[in-house]
Amino acid sequence: MAIQYFVPHHVSATIYQYALNWTIIIGIFTLAVGIGSLINLHYDRIAKRKQTWRYSAVTLAALAFMTVVGLFSPNAMADPRGLFMRTYFYVLSPVQATMFALLAFFIASAAYRAFRAKTVLATLLLLSAVIVMLGRVWVGDTLTGWLPSGLQLSDIAKYILDFPNTAAKRAIYIGVGLGIAGTSLKIILGIERTWLGGGK
Amino acid sequence: MNAGFWQKLAALDRRWIYLVIGIVTFVPILAYIRVPVNITYEVEAVYRKIDSLPAGTVVMVPMEFGPSTMAEMQPMATAVLRHCFSRDLKVISTAMQIEGVILNEQVLRETAAEYGRNYGTDYVFLGYKPYPDLVILNMGENFRKPFPRDYYGNELDSLPMMAGVNHYSNVACIINLNATSGVDYWINYANGRYGAELALGVTAVIATDYYAFLQSKQIFGLIGGLKGAAEYERLIGRPKDIANRSMTSVSVAHVFIILFIVIGNMAVFAGRRGGRG
Repeated sequence: MAIQYFVPHHVSATIYQYALNWTIIIGIFTLAVGIGSLINLHYDRIAKRKQTWRYSAVTLAALAFMTVVGLFSPNAMADPRGLFMRTYFYVLSPVQATMFALLAFFIASAAYRAFRAKTVLATLLLLSAVIVMLGRVWVGDTLTGWLPSGLQLSDIAKYILDFPNTAAKRAIYIGVGLGIAGTSLKIILGIERTWLGGGK
Repeated sequence: MNAGFWQKLAALDRRWIYLVIGIVTFVPILAYIRVPVNITYEVEAVYRKIDSLPAGTVVMVPMEFGPSTMAEMQPMATAVLRHCFSRDLKVISTAMQIEGVILNEQVLRETAAEYGRNYGTDYVFLGYKPYPDLVILNMGENFRKPFPRDYYGNELDSLPMMAGVNHYSNVACIINLNATSGVDYWINYANGRYGAELALGVTAVIATDYYAFLQSKQIFGLIGGLKGAAEYERLIGRPKDIANRSMTSVSVAHVFIILFIVIGNMAVFAGRRGGRG
């Protein structure tokens, strides 16, 4: 798969096509393994009456319910008045939207309690956050509109996003990329075997 | 003010913070105040690209967001799709986040209907397939490989719009509206492997991750969060749409979060100083 990036020959292209087909097949099987693993995990929690077993029961019941409704409703996805679509719009959708909406409250609470200028680095982080938050909305321009261009909060926010942020992100991406390549090589060469479930 | 006051303030019950945030986000929505929205170059780049395409050009607008991020992403999707349909572009869309498929289909269908566009000739919805990385790679070879049929069960070859449209080389650009980490697959595979012209529309919380790709020109534009959606609405001449109406709430909430940070720091440091004295 890596070689075909650099060798645009019909042989490597054919091998690439072949490998892509295989990835689809393997993907389908891993999906089955994933669902099986999910059922196993939650069944085990329920059977052993672990602390959160009630949540596991809800998870399995929801999984079974949606599967049955989806499989046995004709045109489940096309009928907006059907049980499948109603469950989506009136259960899943509000639940997910509500969970994410709560984030605003938690962020505000965390900002009040945890975002402290205790060290120089923490202060720099805090200042950057304040500048970017204000610079992205009209408040920043209103507060510093009288300053020459380049010194207004929106300009400084843009500078922070374009340069320090980009430099740091790029360094992280390169580090992560090298890490992935290194770990992949270790797995391919059999040096790293923990993913097979064998201790060391 | 004495140390006791600051110490009390530092230990403020979090429910007061929740109440303040609730009020400052909810009230501005009721009492709509139009606020200025400055247009950033990364959003304008997406607008200019779409605006420069001749009528009939095929573009791809894959959507990967669900109900959890719809507050940010849906206005963005609606604005981008409105622009595409108003320019008479043909749109191919996919939905590779399982929770979002129904939502994404609804946005596409309703926006197309606004402009009187017909399914199969003006737009196509391919739907969902698991494993976005594999799907994106396979679409680079042929859309028919991961999606022999569309979302509604039609064979792709039976749709007039798909005649001669086989892979990324046949679409002018991809505007990926994505609230997941799957954005990276589009950059690595659609752009990196197949050279597709790519722009992103992402949530504000992950937008900073993609400025590096903007600078390296791996993406030609970036729409970040509700602010980006508000900018896009302005660019297409709809400054009263939902993202713009929500910008007052966003701005006021930003200010209050900053105030909380300042007060929280003052309370802790003044409380400690008073405690030592």
